Amino acid sequence: MGTTILKGRAFKFGDGISTDLIIAGKYAHLRSNLPELARHAMEDANPDFVKRVKPGDFIVAGSNFGLGSSREHAPLVIKMAGVSAILAKSFARIFFRNAINQGVPALICPTDSIADGDTLEISLDEGTIHNITRNETYSFTRIPAAMLNILNEGGLIPYINKHGDLKL
Amino acid sequence: MGKTISEKILSNKSDSDALAGDIVISSVDLVFVQDTTGPLTIRQFKSGKKQTLASPARTALFIDHASPSPSRQLSNDHIFIREFAAETGCLLFDAGCGVCHQIVAEKLARPGDVIVGADSHTVTAGAMGAFATGMGSSDVAVAMSLGKTWFRVPETIRIDVTGKFSKGVGAKDLILYLIGLIGADGATYKALEFTGNTVASMPMWQRLTISNMAIEAGAKVGLFPSDHITREYLKKQGRKKEYTPVFADSDAVYERIIKVDTNSLEPMVARPHTVDNTATARSLVDIKVDQVFIGTCTNGRLEDMAEAASLLKNKKVHAGVRLIVCPASRKIYTESIKAGYLQTIAEAGGIILPPGCAGCLGLHQGALGDKEVCLSTANRNFKGRMGNPEGLIYLASTATAATSALTGRITDPREAL
Repeated sequence: MGTTILKGRAFKFGDGISTDLIIAGKYAHLRSNLPELARHAMEDANPDFVKRVKPGDFIVAGSNFGLGSSREHAPLVIKMAGVSAILAKSFARIFFRNAINQGVPALICPTDSIADGDTLEISLDEGTIHNITRNETYSFTRIPAAMLNILNEGGLIPYINKHGDLKL
Repeated sequence: MGKTISEKILSNKSDSDALAGDIVISSVDLVFVQDTTGPLTIRQFKSGKKQTLASPARTALFIDHASPSPSRQLSNDHIFIREFAAETGCLLFDAGCGVCHQIVAEKLARPGDVIVGADSHTVTAGAMGAFATGMGSSDVAVAMSLGKTWFRVPETIRIDVTGKFSKGVGAKDLILYLIGLIGADGATYKALEFTGNTVASMPMWQRLTISNMAIEAGAKVGLFPSDHITREYLKKQGRKKEYTPVFADSDAVYERIIKVDTNSLEPMVARPHTVDNTATARSLVDIKVDQVFIGTCTNGRLEDMAEAASLLKNKKVHAGVRLIVCPASRKIYTESIKAGYLQTIAEAGGIILPPGCAGCLGLHQGALGDKEVCLSTANRNFKGRMGNPEGLIYLASTATAATSALTGRITDPREAL
């Protein structure tokens, strides 16, 4: 991934953001029309999210982000909305793996001092998050090596297509 | 050093000495998708270089979440799924067969298997001693193609269950109580392993209810030993030869042991909008219900139909309450017809739906109106789950649900017994 620096604004969410809040099951009929589905990203948690989010912005949440369904559409619509990384105190297991498999960095870090609208700069290599608005720096838990290899290839399918197999 | 059930299965399937914390590549014995995750999985599969299935006979596609389809778009997704089954020769369980997890239990899961499904409630098959877990479409597409996946071997929380359930109290109350105790992320990345004298005699339908909800505590798997109960269950499904014993070693290392005494357990209810927001049913008597839903991969089994019918027999559903009942599979549906359960439920005023997921995930067949309250036997009560973020979902056992359908408010089933 080289020296990847991500910069954008924080969209703040609370604890326990379920996959139903990220992309509701009632939109299952749009799952073969991803651009249309992505218009409903985070709808029941923040109805203005898709209108306000800009490419490069971040989702910043509390604990157990992405609990519930295995729908990979959850990180997929977040990615399609332009989000470049998701920061949370903790992630539900399936969502965490799905995000990495979609090439979306899911970073475990303290998020209490980040406010909605703060501008953040993230160095994926150094493992740091600089809050430009508050002039604070936080570090995130390193992504396990096996998953970092997948993330660095842009997701699981590109990884398998390049390496031809699962390697640890 | 002794091993947990997870460590034993993953050692066997990765051909290594797998211990908690290790990363392993494991072979996969069964891989499946359903109709809301299947199309993306198939597209991910088709974007891979290797476009043949590792094992068509052990790859299954289910049309259950929107069954029969309520929309043109979902009908087209179903066509896409059927075409993929025809192209590859894999198993297809079309509309009317029932919920994937119930059919996996009846026909496909074997003790000691590693099972991955593009559905979070794949954990259900843990009841049969299979390391069964939900994954997203990319992981499942790779498992379909390569016949393997990677895992971090989970630490295990052992749940020791002792005592006897009182009348009107059962497996659903136990798992709701446990999730309330440890929280919706209390077992994230971990395995749950159930043991103790209550478990040793617990029938398979109750084990399936408990394993089904392991994910609601964040667990990777919810495992029961494969024992005489498993053997009997497989025999009843005509799969006697597929039985193998699976037990943890007596000196296995657990991260934590939680003891639950069922003697003092009461009927439990999860309140909106999280599964760990639990309370006793009797403390919620002021909550009026608009809809009662009995069914799903959690509580849509034959014994649930029998219990609902026995509580509803010669009675009428409370005025203004919609009682929706959905057997989880065609086998359960036909057996419930033969036993007279569905007739009894219909005579009491219940609405009988075809086998499938029904209104559980808000696609069709029972979406909630604004401020409406649904008491459901399903496994999730997240905001927006049943098609409307303004709806309120409470989760309970079949006994609590059927009793409450008669009174029109959340009711402790012991009052009716």
